Amino acid sequence: MVAVLDVQAGEKAPGRLSQEAVWGLIFLVPYIVLFLTLVIYPVGYGLILGSNPKSYVRLWTDPVFTRTIVNTVVFLGVAVNIKLFLALLLSGFFVHEKRWIRWLSVIFILPWAIPSIPTILSFRWMLNAEWGMLNSLIFRLTLEDGPNWLLDRWSGLGMISLVHIWKYLPFWTLILLAGRLAIPKDLYESADVDGASGLQKFRYVTFPSMRNLYITCTLLSTIMSLGDFNSIYLLTGGGPADSTQTLATLGIRYAFGMSEVEVGVTTVVVALPVMLPLLVLMLRRMRKGEQP
Amino acid sequence: MSLRKIFNEARLMLLGIVIFIWTLIPIYHLFVMSITPRVETFAGALWPSRPTLENYETVVKQGHYYLEHFWQQLWNSAFVAVMVCAITLAIASTATFAISRLRVRGGRLVSNMALATYLIPPAFLAIPMYKVMGVYGLLNTQWSLILTMVTFASPYAIWVLKQYADKLPYELDEAARIDGASPLQIFRLIYLPLMAPSLVAIGTYALLLAWNEYLYAFLLLSADKDITLAVALGHFLTTDDAPFNVLMATGAVYALPPAAIYYVFRRYMVSGLTAGAVKS
Repeated sequence: MVAVLDVQAGEKAPGRLSQEAVWGLIFLVPYIVLFLTLVIYPVGYGLILGSNPKSYVRLWTDPVFTRTIVNTVVFLGVAVNIKLFLALLLSGFFVHEKRWIRWLSVIFILPWAIPSIPTILSFRWMLNAEWGMLNSLIFRLTLEDGPNWLLDRWSGLGMISLVHIWKYLPFWTLILLAGRLAIPKDLYESADVDGASGLQKFRYVTFPSMRNLYITCTLLSTIMSLGDFNSIYLLTGGGPADSTQTLATLGIRYAFGMSEVEVGVTTVVVALPVMLPLLVLMLRRMRKGEQP
Repeated sequence: MSLRKIFNEARLMLLGIVIFIWTLIPIYHLFVMSITPRVETFAGALWPSRPTLENYETVVKQGHYYLEHFWQQLWNSAFVAVMVCAITLAIASTATFAISRLRVRGGRLVSNMALATYLIPPAFLAIPMYKVMGVYGLLNTQWSLILTMVTFASPYAIWVLKQYADKLPYELDEAARIDGASPLQIFRLIYLPLMAPSLVAIGTYALLLAWNEYLYAFLLLSADKDITLAVALGHFLTTDDAPFNVLMATGAVYALPPAAIYYVFRRYMVSGLTAGAVKS
């Protein structure tokens, strides 16, 4: 066998190329099969399921759906931006080279490293209006009952955003920290020589170098947060009375809670006109970043 | 040490304390509730008057209706996670070898497709994926969950691995070719060893992704003996009088393995997974 390979490898370009091409295909086939059977097929299936005009009528006449659209936009606008802004600030904290800050960063990553189910359920219990730890504490301090954190639409959405931020802040901080560490040190040194203040250094050195990365992160995080199912489903379950649903949970509710599969898929298809441009934009940015 | 320096240090410390508390609040709550005796469940105390391990004992001995199959479910979680890790590594490493090292025709198209797939939120594909698994006859088997998670883990795996693969010097492959090595030998003897650090990062990523998955696990599996621990935890929510302390103890047990794995491979994870995003 080795001899045969030797001969082939020693041949001129055409023979060798074909051997490599064959191996290339063999190596690529597993992913192509996976892609065709479990990406293309379901996506196509989904588009067909979501093409029934009746489903669109059903959605537009359902007040839950319009409310869900508003919820989704509010959730993305608030949670994504606060999360990334905090991540930008915190990346400036963790960039300090101190022993205790390195130790703190090990703890800080915990929310991202551990599964979200137990921690979200922990939040859910802590925020319980009657016997949660938070309201017990409020009662002991003020002798008044605390708010119904999860039983109101806006405070429910606020808590969903809080849990989402808690879970994903470490990841984005790490990404932005890596970006910050990539800024050449001498830029800061020359700013120091010019007598720049901390704020000026941020404005004229840090931010211009990180703007592109920050925008990429915002786009990516928007797309990913659109699919955040756990923070909503496990915290409020979309309640009370379906007032805190987002697109990620509403589709599942229609399809599996109410057995309206086509309507469920349609909720996702409705998001495509917004999602596809985002996707294309993101794809371009990521491709560009890949070839330095 | 100037006054200004002390002031700056104090400001950092203060911020550090805030970060510390913010990060640990729900984890502390989880832990406290898991060692709170059942009679004190609804007291909402910051620390139980009689800390106890009885909830953990209940978990380990499967001593509750919700936990009848605890060990089986823990095993299911581990099995699914390990299979997803292994299959993702196999598919992604071969694909990136073909794309980046053998420069197979159409490779660029495939890596673009993978990247586009990475940008689809998994929750958005849930319903069609469920239907398709029904067509394949895999519904209610763990393979449906394993294949789904491989589908969602491999695009990112391909993207990250490809960037590392592109950086390996091509002279190595050339030298091996001149010595008569076949592509398979180059893959095994040059590519895999050089890619080891990023393979560790991606393997850990896939493992944790699968272990932590809730939505697909709860859609695709249903029998108590087949579900993963994540789904079992969700079952506690189906009634109002669920034993929350036992739930928290189960949650702590469930959260421990991924945390441990993350910290063991942290070195690889941070550099391996952030490298891709930073360059853009």
